Parts: sequence; C-alpha cells; structure tokens
Amino acid sequence: MHAVREEETLKQWIPIARIDEIPRQGARVVTTATGNIAVFRSIDDRVFALLDRCPHKGGPLSQGIVHGRRVTCPLHNWVIELESGQAVAPDEGCARRFEVRVEEGMIAIALPAHEA
Amino acid sequence: MKEKLVLVGNGMAGVRTLEELLKLAPDAYDITVFGAEPYGNYNRILLSPVLAGEKTVADIILNEESWYHEHGITLHKGKAVVRIDRRYRVVTAEDGTEARYDRLLLATGSRPVILPIPGHDLSGVIGFRDIRDVEAMLSAAQVYRHAVVIGGGLLGLEAANGLKKRGMRVTVVHLLDTLMERQLDKPAAALLQRALEESGLEFRMEAQTEAILGDNRVEAVRCKDGTEIPADLVVMAVGIRPNIELAKAAGIYCERGIVVNDTLQTYDPRVYAVGECVQHRGQLFGLVAPLFEQAKVCANHLAGFGIARYEGSMTSTKLKVTGIDLFSAGEFQGGAGYEELLFQDPARGIYKKLTVKDNRVKGAVLYGDTVDGSWYFQLMREGADISAFRENILFGQAHLGDSGHGSENRAALLPDSAEVCGCNGVCKKTIVDAIVHKKLFTLDEVRAHTKASASCGSCTGLVEQILQSTLGSDYSVSPKKKPLCKCTEHTHDEVRAAIRERGLKSIPEVFHSLDWKTPDGCHQCRPAINFYLLCAWPGEYRDDPQSRFINERVHANIQKDGTYSVVPRIWGGVTTPAELRAIADVAEKYQVPTVKITGGQRIDLLGVKKEDLPRIWADLNRAGLVSGHAYGKSLRTVKTCVGKEWCRFGTQDSTTMGIDLEKMTWGSWTPAKVKMAVSGCPRNCAEATIKDLGVVAVDSGWEIHVGGNGGVKVRATDFLCKVETDEEVKEYVAAYLQLYREEAHYLERTAHWIERVGLAYVKKRLVEDPAGRHALRDRFLESQRSAQVDPWAERAQGAERHEFEPVRRLEQNDYARCA
Repeated sequence: MHAVREEETLKQWIPIARIDEIPRQGARVVTTATGNIAVFRSIDDRVFALLDRCPHKGGPLSQGIVHGRRVTCPLHNWVIELESGQAVAPDEGCARRFEVRVEEGMIAIALPAHEA
Repeated sequence: MKEKLVLVGNGMAGVRTLEELLKLAPDAYDITVFGAEPYGNYNRILLSPVLAGEKTVADIILNEESWYHEHGITLHKGKAVVRIDRRYRVVTAEDGTEARYDRLLLATGSRPVILPIPGHDLSGVIGFRDIRDVEAMLSAAQVYRHAVVIGGGLLGLEAANGLKKRGMRVTVVHLLDTLMERQLDKPAAALLQRALEESGLEFRMEAQTEAILGDNRVEAVRCKDGTEIPADLVVMAVGIRPNIELAKAAGIYCERGIVVNDTLQTYDPRVYAVGECVQHRGQLFGLVAPLFEQAKVCANHLAGFGIARYEGSMTSTKLKVTGIDLFSAGEFQGGAGYEELLFQDPARGIYKKLTVKDNRVKGAVLYGDTVDGSWYFQLMREGADISAFRENILFGQAHLGDSGHGSENRAALLPDSAEVCGCNGVCKKTIVDAIVHKKLFTLDEVRAHTKASASCGSCTGLVEQILQSTLGSDYSVSPKKKPLCKCTEHTHDEVRAAIRERGLKSIPEVFHSLDWKTPDGCHQCRPAINFYLLCAWPGEYRDDPQSRFINERVHANIQKDGTYSVVPRIWGGVTTPAELRAIADVAEKYQVPTVKITGGQRIDLLGVKKEDLPRIWADLNRAGLVSGHAYGKSLRTVKTCVGKEWCRFGTQDSTTMGIDLEKMTWGSWTPAKVKMAVSGCPRNCAEATIKDLGVVAVDSGWEIHVGGNGGVKVRATDFLCKVETDEEVKEYVAAYLQLYREEAHYLERTAHWIERVGLAYVKKRLVEDPAGRHALRDRFLESQRSAQVDPWAERAQGAERHEFEPVRRLEQNDYARCA
C-alpha cells in the first residue's frame, strides 16, 4: 500500500461504498462529473474499478456478467480483464483502470487529483 | 521440481497438444521437443499451395522458434530420436542428445508408402510429405519436363496440380477406374477427371506401375500393359503408413499404428501418442481435424484433469485444387439399407449425392456446388431426422429459406470484396487474410478474430466454406461432440442429464459435480445452467440474478447507448383507450425519446434511463399494465388477427384464443425467446406460420403449427396436428412449450430444435402419446404457478433496488472535501 508514495501525492482516495453494497459476481456504478466508474466484486470478494465504457463501442461494463476476474460487455460480448482493463485476445483495447483498496469493508478508489 | 514432458515429433498434432496443454496448465511441465525436420512446426496441409506457388514456406510456419522460447520449451530441431529407454525414462537422438522424461508424448506422424517396384530407389523418385519433398519437386520443375504421379488420391492430385502449375507435363497413373475413390463415387470422380483433364493433366486409369526405368536418375515409368511414360520426376502418392518403428523398438504395443485408448494413452501409462502414428479403436488417421480433437483430449489428461475422452471423429474432405469445389463426408458409397438422393446438372457441372438411412444423412458427395457441405455434415453429426424437408434437401439449406445468402453458393469464386457477414461488415478478403496470417483453423477462431458470422450466424455456412477453400482438404467443421462452452467438455444434454440424475440444485453444485475448469463459469454457461436448474426444479430453485444477462436482470432491453426500452404486455395485441392513455402519459412524463409499434403488436418505449425504470413501471402498473417480457428468453407475444368477432372471413374467435394463450403462458422462461400467433382463418393475417407456435382457425376447429421463424432465416412452421376444441389447443400449447423447455439447448430457437430432433419426434411425444402430453401439460402449468409474478411490480415496490441506482454519486465538492 505504501510502495508508491510519489503517486499517492497525485491522487485522492475517495471512499465509495461498503463491500456488501456491491453484489458478488456483480457491479455498481459511481457517477462522476467525468463519466461513470464501474466497481466490480468478484466471486472471491476482490474489488476492481474500471471506467464504465467498453473499449469496443462504449457499452456499460457495469451491466455485464462477471466471471472469474473478467466481465463480458452486454453489447457485443467483448470480455475485459478486471485487473488491467485489457480486452481478452484476439480483441484489442483497454478500459481505463482505477486503483482500489478495501479497508475494514470500506471500498475506496483512487482518482487523479487533477480531476478533482 | 516440475515434471518433465518430452515430445517426439515436432509436427501439427504434437505441438497442438502442447498448445492446448499450455492453455490448461502453463506451468505443469518442463517441456523438451525433438523434431527430425530442421524447421519449427509448420502446416503440413498447406504444402500443396506451396507447391502450386500460391503460398511460400514462410506462410505456412505455425510456430516460429520464438514461440518455443517464450514458453520455455527446449527445441531440438533436425534431431531424429532413435531410442526410447522406458526403464530409465530417457530418449536419445541420433546425435546422442538425451532427455529424461516423466511423461512422453509420441507424435511421430506417418511416412509415404513407397512401392517396392524395381527402380523405386532411383534419383528423382520421391514421396509427398514434407518441405524437403516440395523443394525436390520445385527444383525438378525448373530443369525437367515430364512428371509422373503414381496414385490418383487426394495427395496425388494435389501434387499433380502443383507440378502442372510449375510448368511440368504431368501424367497421373491410378490403379483403379475412379479418382479419389476413398472420397468420391464414380459420377463425381468422372466430373473431377474431366475438369482436371481440361486444365491439362493426363490420366492413365486402371494402370499398374510395373517398374521405374533409368540408370541413375529416373527416365520413364513402365505400366503392366507394357506402355512406357517418359518421366524425369516420379511422385509416389499411394498412401501413408504410421511411423511406429521407434515405439515398436521400445516395446510399446503397436498394431498398424501405436495403439492408444480413449485418453490417448499407450500401453505404457507414462507414454501418450497423438496424430497419424496412432491407432485408436482400430482406426488410423490422415486428416488434420481428428488430430486436433486428439490433441485437446490428450492435453486434458497431461494437465491432470482426466475428464476428456476421445471417441473417434467424423471427417469431411475437400480437394485443394484452385477452381475445383468438391466435398465428401461419411459413408458416401451407401450400400444395403441405404437410400441415395441424387441431383445432377451436367451442363453446370454440378453433382450432389446424399446417402440416407432411416431418414438420417449418412454420407455426402458434392461436386461443383459445395456450399451446403457443412450443413449436410452437421445433419450427419447430429443424426438429425430429415423427413420434414427431404424433398428439398438437395437444393440446399438456402432453399429452405434464408434471407441473406441464398444465391452465394460458391465461396471459391466470390470476389475478395464480397461482403460475407452483413452484421459486422466483413468481406471475403478480411476472412482469408485472417485465416492465412493468423493461422486459423476453426470457425470459432475465425469468429473470434474477424467477427464474421459471430452475430446473427446466417453466414456461418459461407464462412465455413471460405475456411475450407482456404485451408483445403483437411479442414473439418467442428468436433462431433460440442461442449457447452470453453469451461467444460460436457455437452448441453450431458449437463441437463446430470442436473436431473444427480439432483444438482445450484450452479456451484453443477460446477463441482461436473469438474468445471473455471471457478465460476462464464457468460455462456452460467445463464444456460441457471435456466436448466430453473426448468428442472420449478418453485424450488432460487434464480441467480448474477447469472442472467442484463436484460433479464433488470427486466428491460439494453440499447446501444446504455439506456433501456420498456414494452408493456398488451394481451393478444388488444388494448383500450385507458391503457394507451397511460402509455402516452409515461412517455411524456419521462420524456421518452422514441415510441414505436413493434412487430408483435406491442408498444415500445425506447431510450429510458435505467434509474427511471422502477417509477415508469409503477405508473404503468397503476393502469393495469405489466411486464411484456420483450427482453427475455421467454414468452414474448401472442399476435392475433381480429377473427370472427369482426372479420367477414373469420371462422373462430382468434383474439380471445390469443389472449387466453398469453394468459396461460406469460412469465415462462424458455431456452430462447418464444413468439406465438393466432389467425382466425387460413388467410392467416397474424402470420402464424412463421412463429414458434402458430394456431390457425379453420371452420371445424384449429390447426397447430410449430417451429417457424421469421428472423435470420425464414422457416415456415411444420404442421403438428388439428384439434377441435379450445381446450385441446391450450393442452397442446402447454405440452409443446414444456417439451421445448425440457429438451432444447439454451439459446436454441424452436426452429433449430425441431430441425435437430425432427418433427417426427415432436409428433411422437405430443400427438401419438396422449398420456405423455397430459404429463407435459401438467408440468408446464405447475411451473407456471411460481413463474407468473409481474417482475415490474416487485421492482416498482423496491425489490432489487441496487440494480437501478448508482452506489455513489460523486459531485465536484466531494473531491474538494477529500483533498
């Protein structure tokens, strides 16, 4: 958590929700002035955050089926890696990723300070 | 310490096994590969186009050396293994290189048969097996003029065609009177011979080669009848023989090939074998598709999963000679108990033959028009009952009704710019380039890379055709047994059977009991299993919303911009001014951008924000309107005409019947969407004969029609039966829907289901077995008791609120406060 101090000065950790507010194998949306962020919870309770736009045609990833560490976009079935935001090959593209931490059941995501 | 895996044979079967293994268990083994040839793994089936000058050696390399490096595989190329010591588990190559193994994989392939006739060892006499042979042919073609190919089979003809294209004068000597007799019957072979003769090849049929003449290099070939054919190059293409000497010398049990069981294991449990060197259930192999199926199964066992079994393959063949379309599969010669269906049009050079037994396709030979090859092959593999369309079967699938591609039936002749996939805008050249440059072999791979046929699927036949004409003879459509998805080896039917027989009551139980390869499945298997459980245990199974597609989770249709559409149920398409007023009111109140009449006589409110859905539903509920399930794999609509209440031609009250059927069936989850219609007379204004179930009134009662489809591929219904009373109609509709729910595969529309199982089967279950029909009806009505709950009302009252609201709204000042 303390490894990249330099970056931490450039971003803000913003508390979002308790982990039990996100369904397992599901996602919820955080609205922001610069677009929606999808917050995912995998079956083993890992939490991930991506910009809620599929790199293919902008589909809302938060509405997809979550399986393993992946989500399938509801529009055209592109599969996106939750950890990296990368599309699974042979599709190519990347959804923007946000850092997440969970402390005592509270989820926080890191937003770049300049977006504040 | 990792176990050591040694692969002997750096060819397609062995390396494919490694690729499959690396997908399943990338870190299970330290891998060492020995290959006798001085190359990385290449695509042997594309040697013919290399010979013909249509491709280069570089084009056909499948795995560059960098691939071995990236995966930490030690590659000894150009080193033939000469000894296996099974006691100390060591293999030794001819140069003394040794490698220890814990598991050994033999993929030594086969050798061309060289006839032991006088002169067979002269210079200029070769087989057609590897890059070296092709290089020998190419250098001969530069200096010499006359070539003789012994053997008029698939490989011989491809060699002959290639040599002719390289400028040689080529004579094919064939022992029998039929070319490619293992793939073609006489009429098709005659058409092929004529076409090849027109292109410049010469043939000596029913001719036996007696000797090859010459002092040092070959000069001529002498046939048994004494004639001599001048020859500077002789290619023997009379068959292949499994390469088993190494295994035999090591004491591994061999017959004609290395004998393996259904897990591709030899008699030594540490030693596996795949490819052309094996003998499985008495069969040898010479085409690529079965090798790939074996590779998959073998990798599954090497990875320690231990669940897959190889049960043999059904293969089809295509000749890789540019401009010639031929397809062959199965028991095309027929015989006692077989019927033959024939179509011949000599002027167009078209010949089609199907062999049929008990109304099931057993074999096919197609010449000149092969677009339906994959369809016939599919019917064969599935054992589909063709009685409902056998009078049209030879005219092809397009003739049964296809909106998009009816006239395109010769993929090889399509221009590069032709649009093949209309949904995704993919032209032929894009597909061919992807197949060649990305080394694709299967329909699934082409779909993944190009998206062609990945949406509506109507161009699937054409894409398979392009795959065949690009890859040539050894491509086979898909495995005989099709797994439900990539997470398992089990089929839809096997999963359903396990749910019933083992009493599995939840998705995790299914995954556990059937050894799923992924922890929680994928977007394909979870919705399927959720439906199968719901269907098997009505009222008991608790639906898993996270395993439903978004539309079924939020009970509205997602649109391209992430908004939703709302379609209230309008029973039988009959509405009232009050209902219309309520719909108009919500459309204005929530500023719905588009209001549209649907094809199923409903009203669609498009562009609704997700957060507004529960409130819109509450407003609609107050006017008595409920969910129309326009978003679900469920009963969608019952379309009706006005019937005898108003129409001067009407014979029955079709609107009331439509409303009654909709009241009975709404809320039911089905494998795919279900649309019904009721027409009041045979003029059929409700278009009931392109619905999943259509009811058409006649003066004396009702006709029931099933399995129609008006979408991707138009399919008119099959006539099921005629009944007299309204009660009987309801009984049949309920029984039919239940049979479909219990036996179709998830996402399989009734049209495809009926084509797969056959109308005769559906009639047997519904018409000829009244007790069975009553039981099906009862099960349907029982499951409806827990299904008929308006999902809109529940959510309007606050259920599943988390689905509709953001978990947090961040405003600018939230950031500021944190900063």
